[in-house]
Amino acid sequence: MSLKHDIEFTLNGVTKRLTVDVTMNALDMLRDVVGLTGTKYGCGEGECGACTVRVDGETRNSCLMFAVDLDGRDIVTIEGLAADPKADALRDAFVEHGAVQCGFCTPGMVMQAAHILDTNPDADANAIKRGLEGNLCRCTGYKKIVDAVESACCGGR
Amino acid sequence: MNVAEKPVIAPESLIGQRIQKKDAPEKAAGKTRYIQDMIVPGVLHAKILRSSRVHAKIKSIDTSAAKALPGVHVVLTAADVPDQQPIGVARDHLPLKGERVRSLRDEIAAVAADSEEIAEAALRLIRVEYEDLPIVATPEDAIKPGAPLIHPVPLAADGQPKALPPKTPIAFAGKPDNIAMRFDYTHGDVAQAEAESDVVVEDTFQLHYVTHCCMGVSGVIAEFDASGNLLMYSNTQVPFLHKREFAEYLNIDPSRVRIIQPPIGGGFGSKLDIYPFEVICIFLARAAKRPVKMVFTREEEFLASPTRQPVLLTLRSGCKKDGTLTFRQVHTLHDNGAYTSWGATTPFVMMQTFSSLYRVPACDYHTTVVYTNNPYAGSFRGYGNLQATFAIEQHMDMLAEKIGMDPLNFRIKNAQDAGEVTGQGMSFKSCGFKECLTTAAERSDYRKKHADNLANRDAPGPVKRGIGMASMLHVGGGAKIYPSDGCGTILKLDDFANVTLITGASEIGQGSETVLSQLVCEELGLPISAVTVVNNDTAITPWDVGVHASRTTFIAGNSAIGAARKAKAKILAAAAKKHGCDEAMLDLRGGFVVVAETGEPVVELARLMRNLHFSDKAELVMTTFYYEPPSVHQDKGFKGDVSAAYAWATQVVEVEVDTDTGIVKMTKVTGTHDVGRVLNRLGLEGQIEGGVVMGQGYALTENLIVENGVTRNPNFRDYKLVTAPEIPEMDITFVESMDGEGPQGAKGVGEAPSICIAAAAANAIYNATGVRIFGLPFTPEAVYRALRGKAEKPNWQAWKSA
Ligand code: FES
Ligand code: FES
Repeated sequence: MSLKHDIEFTLNGVTKRLTVDVTMNALDMLRDVVGLTGTKYGCGEGECGACTVRVDGETRNSCLMFAVDLDGRDIVTIEGLAADPKADALRDAFVEHGAVQCGFCTPGMVMQAAHILDTNPDADANAIKRGLEGNLCRCTGYKKIVDAVESACCGGR
Repeated sequence: MNVAEKPVIAPESLIGQRIQKKDAPEKAAGKTRYIQDMIVPGVLHAKILRSSRVHAKIKSIDTSAAKALPGVHVVLTAADVPDQQPIGVARDHLPLKGERVRSLRDEIAAVAADSEEIAEAALRLIRVEYEDLPIVATPEDAIKPGAPLIHPVPLAADGQPKALPPKTPIAFAGKPDNIAMRFDYTHGDVAQAEAESDVVVEDTFQLHYVTHCCMGVSGVIAEFDASGNLLMYSNTQVPFLHKREFAEYLNIDPSRVRIIQPPIGGGFGSKLDIYPFEVICIFLARAAKRPVKMVFTREEEFLASPTRQPVLLTLRSGCKKDGTLTFRQVHTLHDNGAYTSWGATTPFVMMQTFSSLYRVPACDYHTTVVYTNNPYAGSFRGYGNLQATFAIEQHMDMLAEKIGMDPLNFRIKNAQDAGEVTGQGMSFKSCGFKECLTTAAERSDYRKKHADNLANRDAPGPVKRGIGMASMLHVGGGAKIYPSDGCGTILKLDDFANVTLITGASEIGQGSETVLSQLVCEELGLPISAVTVVNNDTAITPWDVGVHASRTTFIAGNSAIGAARKAKAKILAAAAKKHGCDEAMLDLRGGFVVVAETGEPVVELARLMRNLHFSDKAELVMTTFYYEPPSVHQDKGFKGDVSAAYAWATQVVEVEVDTDTGIVKMTKVTGTHDVGRVLNRLGLEGQIEGGVVMGQGYALTENLIVENGVTRNPNFRDYKLVTAPEIPEMDITFVESMDGEGPQGAKGVGEAPSICIAAAAANAIYNATGVRIFGLPFTPEAVYRALRGKAEKPNWQAWKSA
């Protein structure tokens, strides 16, 4: 029998109380237990960034965290970000600049891009590229993603 | 709005605009539901047990403990599905393997359970006893006399080959050798052309394994209704072909198979074939009488999805002193892997490049595709053309150097023009090749940089700069491989002049929904937002052959235009009748019927729709169109005009080579593409940029390492995709050759941008260092060795005789 554990955390601004298997990772919990599927599985090993969420203000690969690690913390997923009017400009920039193709990497990209904007609102293209280094995209060749984030940076200036 | 207050409406075109992708807002908000995200009530979760041996006989499989595990519903092995039919191009592949495994990915058993965890636990309880067989690890080994056979002919009790009815598939009848397929093509007299040549070069090139790495892993959901109808949620790129084939495997009427495609997390050719996991999922659903979902892990995706085909290729080329090409002779050895998928048929495309990219009076092309115990190769964006172009475009530089001619001039001299019909029967109705060459060269300052880099080769410092170019030819108007290469469209307008565009063409992220909407709106004078696209359900959409061969914009685009024009004719006729004017004088603009010449509005389109609908005649505007391109099937000698149009491109790559470390940095790519006409500039740029970076990965970083049949790096840590900081500066421009058959003049371009990069990079490295590298990828280690004269030279003589 696997061990269960009670956790409580803030998810997109709402307090959440859950009992989770101690072996479950945070990504599976978000997707399968909570039912928020915007956060994607791309590798499960911290190599692709598709599962990026914000934990206490920092972006993290949710596939590398245990669900129990979220206890007492503040989590924002793409669903939370999408509901935040402050993030509209960033999402619009992704749309306008053609930064989305198949879209599978996009939620993770948007999460990471929002983090770049928060922590370095004056980021130039090189800083943005470095900031997105941990997020893989197979479709776009990254250029339009970088353009989108750059325009959102400048737009916010 | 009242027509009276509406000012005149000037003509406006959507063509060439930057149109935002229709599905982008949903995707950027994380709301798009991919197959991984789908929940079907009552669904079971499936996992596959794969072989732990590369080549072995299966002596026994014991599933009793797995079956006894609580939460397990079904465990299947080959013995449970005695009716299973072989899949694949050559019908050599049974989804569940019962007697023999031929590669590490081979499927031995499958479990459907209440959860993925339980299914995985059940797999660990399955006991398989193997008897190892000798491994055929390379194609060179596969064709040695006495090589172990991958698909041996089954023997009867008397030791003689079993008597089987004719046309028994290879999966049951076996093969007396390891040759999966052969391709032979010739035009002109190669021997004579060689005799007339002033310069001849011959080299062997080695192309490696790479794989698609779609960010969304493979997945499928299968379920049967109470009447035995099959519903599949599938990521396939070819829903209508699958519908037919699944029906065949299940021995049911194709009309009882329905395929729904949720949004797809990347395709690139990986989803063109039927794979064992899909058939197995159907078997599980049939046995469990419940919906069954199967989703790969990333490791499984690396191990068990198709690859680009590794190729060993020897090219012999000649020219005259004045720079006229004389001949090409090509021998290739393709590693098929253990089973045959579309990868085996890439010579169709490769030979086009050899025979027809440049004017060449004689061409002789031979491919042998052989079975090995390696992962099997599928179709991948570019379909063999990356491999062919890698060889041919290096030889273009080498020949030019030998005769002392500028490599750009040498190419221009031999480049195709519009009006040309090649030795292979390809007819170039539109061709902007020369303009691609000169534009890319000018924009990149190719000539000057090429000369400067040569002069600076021996300058002090470890970092050398290089510039290199390569060009490509690829089908741009579909490819007539199946009996039909067409696509159907159904168009309907509602009472508010909103359009539902029902198309057979699938969206795989490339933006087909958007460009098709754009083409329809161009005809009907409506904003893109007026269109809803329905494109993912075989029960609704008309037939289409699938997303491949860069065909969707061209074929589905022409189909959509056809339906829209019929609708427009109907609308204008109705307006003319109602308002007592000549329909030839009317046009559609901005949601109104207008007088074409003045732009004066006649009636609001939505109002006209309602008038038609709620009149005595009670009519709706609904049209259908099926577009079949005017291409032809090739004959047995592979000759024929197989595509309705051909796309061209030249790409110039600039690199910095650190000669101390072997690290190659791709600093800039200047690409000029003959796309016929730019439709959606935003989407087009996105396709090109994404393709360029995929080509960069092929050239520099990606390498699926397969040793003795074992894939050594099935993860993103060791299989290196290009990341954001590594991308080159990109200068992308377009040549608009206005193809007469293309939708608004456009040609397909989806595959084109990946094709030239590795070849151009090879030429750039040579320009920087004076060292030519004949194998991919250009990893630091490979380059470091090559710079020190230690490159491993592919051994062509070893297998040429075969
Ligand atoms: S799924 Fe977490 S980094 Fe790839
Ligand atoms: S848009 Fe497809 S992976 Fe990034």
